[in-house]
Amino acid sequence: MSGPAAAPGSGTPKALPSSGPRSLRDMPHPLAPAASEEAAAALSPSPDLPLPRSIADKDLSLPNGTPVDTSSPASSSSLLNRLQLDDDLDGETRDLFVTVDDPKKHVCTMETYITYRVTTKTTRAEFDLPEYSVRRRYQDFDWLRNKLEESQPTHLIPPLPEKFVMKGVVDRFSEEFVETRRKALDKFLKRIADHPVLSFNEHFNVFLTAKDLNAYKKQGMALLSKMGESVKYVTGGYKLRSRPLEFAAMGEYLDVFALKLGTIDRIAQRIIKEQLEYLVELREYGPVYSTWGGLEVELGEPLEGVSACIGNCCTALEELSEDMTEDFLPVLREYILYSESMKNVLKKRDQVQAEYEAKLEAVALKKEDRPKVPTDVEKCQDRVECFNADLKADMERWQNSKRQDFRQLLMGMADKNIQYYEKLISCSTGDEDHAFEIGLLYMIETWSEGIVVCN
Amino acid sequence: MERSREDGPEPPPLPPEEPAAEQRGRAAAMEDCLLKKIEISVSEAEKRTGRNAVNMQETYTAYLIETRAVESQTEGQCSPVDSLWRRYSEFELLRNYLLVTFPHIVVPPLPEKRAEFVWHKLSADNMDPDFVERRRIGLENFLLRVASHPILCQDKIFYSFLTQEGGWKEMVNETGFQLKLVLELKNPDKRFTELKHYSDELQSVISHLLRVRARVADRLYGVYKVHGNYGRVFSEWSAIEKEMGDGLQSAGHHMDVYSSSIDDILEEEEHYADQLKEYLFYAEALRAVCRKHELMQYDLEMAAQDLTSKKQQCEELATGTVRTFSLKGMTSKLFGQETPEQREAKIKVLEEQIHEGEEQLKSKNLEGRDFVKTAWADIERFKEQKNRDLKEALISYAVMQISMCKKGIQVWTNAKECFSKM
Repeated sequence: MSGPAAAPGSGTPKALPSSGPRSLRDMPHPLAPAASEEAAAALSPSPDLPLPRSIADKDLSLPNGTPVDTSSPASSSSLLNRLQLDDDLDGETRDLFVTVDDPKKHVCTMETYITYRVTTKTTRAEFDLPEYSVRRRYQDFDWLRNKLEESQPTHLIPPLPEKFVMKGVVDRFSEEFVETRRKALDKFLKRIADHPVLSFNEHFNVFLTAKDLNAYKKQGMALLSKMGESVKYVTGGYKLRSRPLEFAAMGEYLDVFALKLGTIDRIAQRIIKEQLEYLVELREYGPVYSTWGGLEVELGEPLEGVSACIGNCCTALEELSEDMTEDFLPVLREYILYSESMKNVLKKRDQVQAEYEAKLEAVALKKEDRPKVPTDVEKCQDRVECFNADLKADMERWQNSKRQDFRQLLMGMADKNIQYYEKLISCSTGDEDHAFEIGLLYMIETWSEGIVVCN
Repeated sequence: MERSREDGPEPPPLPPEEPAAEQRGRAAAMEDCLLKKIEISVSEAEKRTGRNAVNMQETYTAYLIETRAVESQTEGQCSPVDSLWRRYSEFELLRNYLLVTFPHIVVPPLPEKRAEFVWHKLSADNMDPDFVERRRIGLENFLLRVASHPILCQDKIFYSFLTQEGGWKEMVNETGFQLKLVLELKNPDKRFTELKHYSDELQSVISHLLRVRARVADRLYGVYKVHGNYGRVFSEWSAIEKEMGDGLQSAGHHMDVYSSSIDDILEEEEHYADQLKEYLFYAEALRAVCRKHELMQYDLEMAAQDLTSKKQQCEELATGTVRTFSLKGMTSKLFGQETPEQREAKIKVLEEQIHEGEEQLKSKNLEGRDFVKTAWADIERFKEQKNRDLKEALISYAVMQISMCKKGIQVWTNAKECFSKM
């Protein structure tokens, strides 16, 4: 098994940021089965469901030979979660696994808040232990993200779920809200853990391991990054003349992309709204058949059957709308936030390039016959090149995972709709109370077959 | 609706600007009727919300009835306008009261109770302004017709309907008109009573069902149609994507298919609604048969009662004993007896009447029995037909639902495949 070959304590990233993850795509993932099958299953599993067969059949030990505990619900779902994201560590098998689960409510005198358990399993030398389990709250994630943006400004930092919620409108402590947030936080950490550069970030390490994060936070800017990136990109208001083609194209792409996602979000919300209004009417519709059934003798059973089927439809519809609200909409919004932060990084890049160009011009104007470019300008040039390389690599990585995420998301949406219709057809199964439904269906099956035969 | 209230001293102009109304007005003016004394109009309609009998929120329309005394008006003086609000169900109650109280009168009809049980958003529903307006005119028409009817217009309940805001409903119900026919029967055939009850309930439940079904269809239509928007946005999105483009584009096409599939589905469902509607109207026909029985029975019982009293009279005259108190008897006692000849003549007349009455009663009894026999045979036949038809309708409805589900599964499976290729 191949692990990080770097000397202990050095903490340098395995590969330079400028080398793209191209070769990686040809490498099979150790746990990879047919991606789409897994992806589809992964979207809506509950911890109580048995693992899909293909996973259960595989050897589930970690690359370093540690057997994975599949008995607890937390680890089964985290296994499934792992399969959601393609790994693309440069030429490596994954050696860092992070999960967010087990939300708990804390009631203190000053405030009430939720903490989440963050579990880390790793073989990296940068970590003293192979396993960690800490509790973090949203504030901590927010802090981490800010730190990453500060210390890795040339990279795309994944988005967090929205910070503020309108108190009257959303219940911050409802199961649905907490679960939606948990999934987003989990995704956030996984994306960082899978990033060849970000995953080695000092602050990320502390976030995953420190018992007392607040003490570390207080040290603030005093701590120098081990990677030696004392980053002070002075965005001194330099104006860029023109963006290089590929970044301009990226900017335009992000604009349209965010726009389209916004439209899809609105459509999805509208559909949910219409579904709920449909549900209201159905709730009145079903009981009328029951009332009628009460009047009749011979027709009593079929009428009750119809009433029960409508009731069944109501349940299925409720589930569908809930799923769409909890699983579909948040991912759209996440990507819109992602696009926003990416556009900001593009702007920062522009600033760095502008600064370089301005300084270069200043030197050229001096008309001194200098044999070499002053170090100041050289540094700027370095910065521009590094920034461009980092950004380009991240863009490609982003495009790739975006494609996977959306494939999975949309397939999941299709799946939920298919399941909805399947539920309607099957009504109940084996429930004595619904024998007449089954009887009715049997009548229908034979009746419709009869019709077909006659024709 | 504009109403020219400030028309001067000339005779009250009759409401709407329709020439037919004026004709009616002129005709009414010739008979002695309420319209000569007061002007009536239904001038406004207003949407209200409230709670119904089962404590569920409902929306309904209330109509403003305005009345004004017709007096020779002095210059510049207008008599005050009284007004009160009534809803459609109160008009219905009034009409039913009139139907029962004046069974020999052709009672004017009310305008349509509901907009037809149509589902499409573009069709009128009860809150549609055009429907409300047409109904307002129809209700006004009804009131004018009743007010111009020489007999109907004299009814106190009708007058109170126009003038007494509170307690009118209680007043009408206190007349007991709803129970009149049933109570008056000494020997109603239980089967017919039950059947009438059943047909009332059936009518009520089917119309409720049709109403809700139309709303359900409307909502379902909305759900499907919004999905059509996915088609367009997926197409636009696919334009900026490289590898994802094709998958998105073709999935969008399936969303369009899904969205347009609802039209056929709902059209098919209209057949089911029609089948139910037929039995809604059948319930009315059932009620008519029950009513006919009630009338026959009533007739029979009246005839029997009449016969009995004549027989008694005859006996009293013959034996000279007075068994029952009668004013005639008292007056003859007070003001002198009749002569034997007079008494003989009376007895003879009575005996003839009794004989006639007995014949009539016999034939009425026969008629009644025949009616019950035939009617009941037909009702049994009808019951079986109803059970067959409705069972078939329910089954075909369930088949439609299953087919709709299968179509849904097909479309989404196709879309899923397109997504998988993204």
